[in-house]
Amino acid sequence: MGHALVLAGVLFALGLAGLLMRRNLIFILMSIEIMLNAAGVAFVAAGSRWGQPDGQIMFLFILAMAASEVAVGLALVLRLYRHHPTLDADAISDMRG
Amino acid sequence: MPDLLWLIPAIPFASALALAVLPVPRKLVAWIAVAATAASAVVSLLVAIAFLSARPVANSYTQVLWTWFDVGGLHPQIAFYFDPLSLIMTVVVAFVSFLIHLYSTEFMIDDEGYSRFFAYMNLFVASMLTLLLADNLLLLYLGWEGVGLCSYLLIGFWYRDPANGRAGRKAFIVTRVGDTAMAIGLFLLFHNLGTLRIQDLMQRAPQHWQVGSSAAVAAALLLLGGAVGKSAQLPLQTWLPDAMAGPTPVSALIHAATMVTAGVYLIARMHVLYSLAPIAQSAVAVAGAATLLVAGFSALTQWDLKRILAYSTMSQIGYMFLALGVGAWPAAIFHFMTHAFFKALLFLAAGIVINAVHDEHNIFRMGGLRTRLPFAFWTFVIAGCSLAGLPLVTAGALSKDWIVWGAWSGGNGSPEFWTVALIGVLLTSLYTFRMIFVVFFGEAHSEVTKRPGLAMRIPCFVLALLSIVAGYVKMPFGRFLETVLPWSEGTHAIPITELASEGIAGSVFLIGVYLAYVFFLRKRSYAAALASSTAGNALHRFWFSDWGMDWLYDRLFVQPLVWFARVDKSDFIDGFYTGVAWLNEFAWGVLRRTENGRLRWYAAGIAGGSVVFIAVVLFL
Repeated sequence: MGHALVLAGVLFALGLAGLLMRRNLIFILMSIEIMLNAAGVAFVAAGSRWGQPDGQIMFLFILAMAASEVAVGLALVLRLYRHHPTLDADAISDMRG
Repeated sequence: MPDLLWLIPAIPFASALALAVLPVPRKLVAWIAVAATAASAVVSLLVAIAFLSARPVANSYTQVLWTWFDVGGLHPQIAFYFDPLSLIMTVVVAFVSFLIHLYSTEFMIDDEGYSRFFAYMNLFVASMLTLLLADNLLLLYLGWEGVGLCSYLLIGFWYRDPANGRAGRKAFIVTRVGDTAMAIGLFLLFHNLGTLRIQDLMQRAPQHWQVGSSAAVAAALLLLGGAVGKSAQLPLQTWLPDAMAGPTPVSALIHAATMVTAGVYLIARMHVLYSLAPIAQSAVAVAGAATLLVAGFSALTQWDLKRILAYSTMSQIGYMFLALGVGAWPAAIFHFMTHAFFKALLFLAAGIVINAVHDEHNIFRMGGLRTRLPFAFWTFVIAGCSLAGLPLVTAGALSKDWIVWGAWSGGNGSPEFWTVALIGVLLTSLYTFRMIFVVFFGEAHSEVTKRPGLAMRIPCFVLALLSIVAGYVKMPFGRFLETVLPWSEGTHAIPITELASEGIAGSVFLIGVYLAYVFFLRKRSYAAALASSTAGNALHRFWFSDWGMDWLYDRLFVQPLVWFARVDKSDFIDGFYTGVAWLNEFAWGVLRRTENGRLRWYAAGIAGGSVVFIAVVLFL
C-alpha cells in the first residue's frame, strides 16, 4: 500500500514537473497523461487496500476520460498549429483575456 | 365661457409637446405652432369679450381643474383666475406671441432646429399664460420657472457657439438668485397666512399684519427679489444684455414683450401686500428709478443694435417699476401693454435690418438703410417714436406721460422721482433717435441682400398700428383696471397739473430728438470729440460696460467662488476617497502582472494554489 502510494506520488510529481517545465504542447499533454495515471495507480492501490472493486472501476473511468481528453487536446493543438506554426506554449501567449 | 379658460395655456402646451416628441415634417411645424398660438389668442379674446359683455359679480372668473397635491395643510389647486388685470396681460401676451410666431416662421426658415425652436417657443407661451392665469402663487411659480427654463433654452438656442451657452447660463443663474428669494417669500407667506391662494392672501394679509410690520416687509422684499431678477432690474440686471445672443424673435417675445414684465405682473398682483409694506414699495420705486437711469445711459454707448434695445427694455421696465412703486398701478400695466407692442416691433424691425445686412449687429456699419429698406424704416420709426414718446400721436407717449405724472402725483410720488422720469425721457429719445439716425440715415456701409416676406411684414404692420392706436384706450383702460388696482392720484397737492407734466415731457422729448439730430446726423464729429475727451472716454467706457456691474459681480461673487472651489477640491475628505481609488489602482497593477497569457504560468498557479489549499485543509 505505502509503496504504491509513493509510486503514485512520484509519478504525479514527475508529471507536474513535466507540465511546468516542458514548452512543447505535445509533451505537456503527455505530462497530463502521466499525472492521470498517477491518480489511477493511487485509486487501484486504495481499492486493493480496502478490498473494494471501486478503485478499479474508478480507474476505468479515468482511462475513458484520459482517452477523450487526449482526443480533444490533440484536436485543439492541431487547430492551434494552423494559426501559429509553432508548438511552443510560451510563444502562444497572445490569448490573454 | 369661463369654462374655456384652461384652453388658453393648454393649447400651446399640447403643441409644444407634439413638436418636441413627434417627428413632425418641417412644413407642418410652422402651421402647428402658429395655429396653436392663434387658437390660444382667439380663446383668450373670446373669454375676454364674454367677461366684458357680462361682468361677473365677483369681477373675476375662477376655474378649478383639480387639486395639485394635498400635504400638511398645503393643497394648491390647478386653478385659473381671470380678472381685469390677468385679462389684459393674457390677451396682450397671447396676441403678441401669435404675431411673433408668425414672424418666426419666415425668420427661422433656414435654421436646422426649426421644430425645436417652435417647441421651445410654444412651451414658453404656455408657461407665460400659466403664470398670468395662476390662481395661487405655487402655480404662478411653476409658470415663472417654466418661462425661465424656456428663456435659458432659447438664449442658448444656437448652442454650437459656447458664448451663447454662457449667456444662457448667466441668465439662468442670475434669475435663479431672484427666484430663490421669491421661493423663501412664498414659504414666509404660507407660514404666516396659511395659504398660497392669491385672493385669500390679499384678504388675510391686512387682517394679520399691521401696516409696516416686519413680516409683511420681509415677504414683500423677498417677492421683489424675484421680480427684479426676472425683470432685469438693479441689482440683478446684468443678464439681459447677454440674453440677446438668442434669435431675434426670442428677444422680441421673451426678453422684451412678455417674460421680463412678469416681475411687474407679480408686484401688481400682490399690490395689497406692498401697500402693507411702504418700505418695500419705496424699494420698488427706487429700483425702477435707478434702473431707468443706469440702463438709459448704457444704451447711449452701445454699438450693437440688439444690445441698445436690451438696455432700452431694462429702462422701460424701470418705468413700470417706478409706477408700481409710487402707487400708479394702472399706469404700470398700461405701459406694459404699449411697451409690449412697440418694443416687440422694434425687435422685429431690427431683425429685418440685421437679416438684410448679413447678420451685422454694429449700427455704425449699417447706415443709409432708409431708402433700401423702407418697410423696416417706417415700422422702426413708428416704434421708436412710441418708445421715445412722441406726444399726442403715439401710445408710448400716453403711457409714459402717465407714469411721469404719477411719479409726482402718486401716493409715494416725489419731485425727485418726477425729475428722474424726465431725465429718462430725455435719454430714451436720445438713444432711440441715435439708433434711427445712425442706422437709417447717412452713408451706406453695407449691402442689402434680403428683403422681408409677407409673414414678416404682417406682424410688423399690425404691431405698428397697435403702437399708435393702443394709447387711445387710456381712459377706459384706467377705469377698467381701477376695479382691481388702486390708483391713488392726488393724495397730496402738487404744484403742476397733469397737462403741464405732459407738456414738459413732450418738450424734453423734442430736446432729445434735437440733440440726437445734432450729434448723430448733422455733426457726427461733435459726438466723436465728446467721446474722445478724457472724461468723455472714461464715462463712455464705464457706461458701455454696464456701469462695471459685470466686472464687480465677477470680482465679488464669481472669482471667490471659483477660488474656493479650487481650494476645496483638494481637502482631506477627498484625500480618503482618492486613497481608496489609489489603493485599488495599485492592487490592479500588481494582479495584472499574473495575467500574462502563459499557459505554464497558469498551470503553476493552479498547482501552487491546490498545494496551499490542501495544506490548509490538512493542517488547520
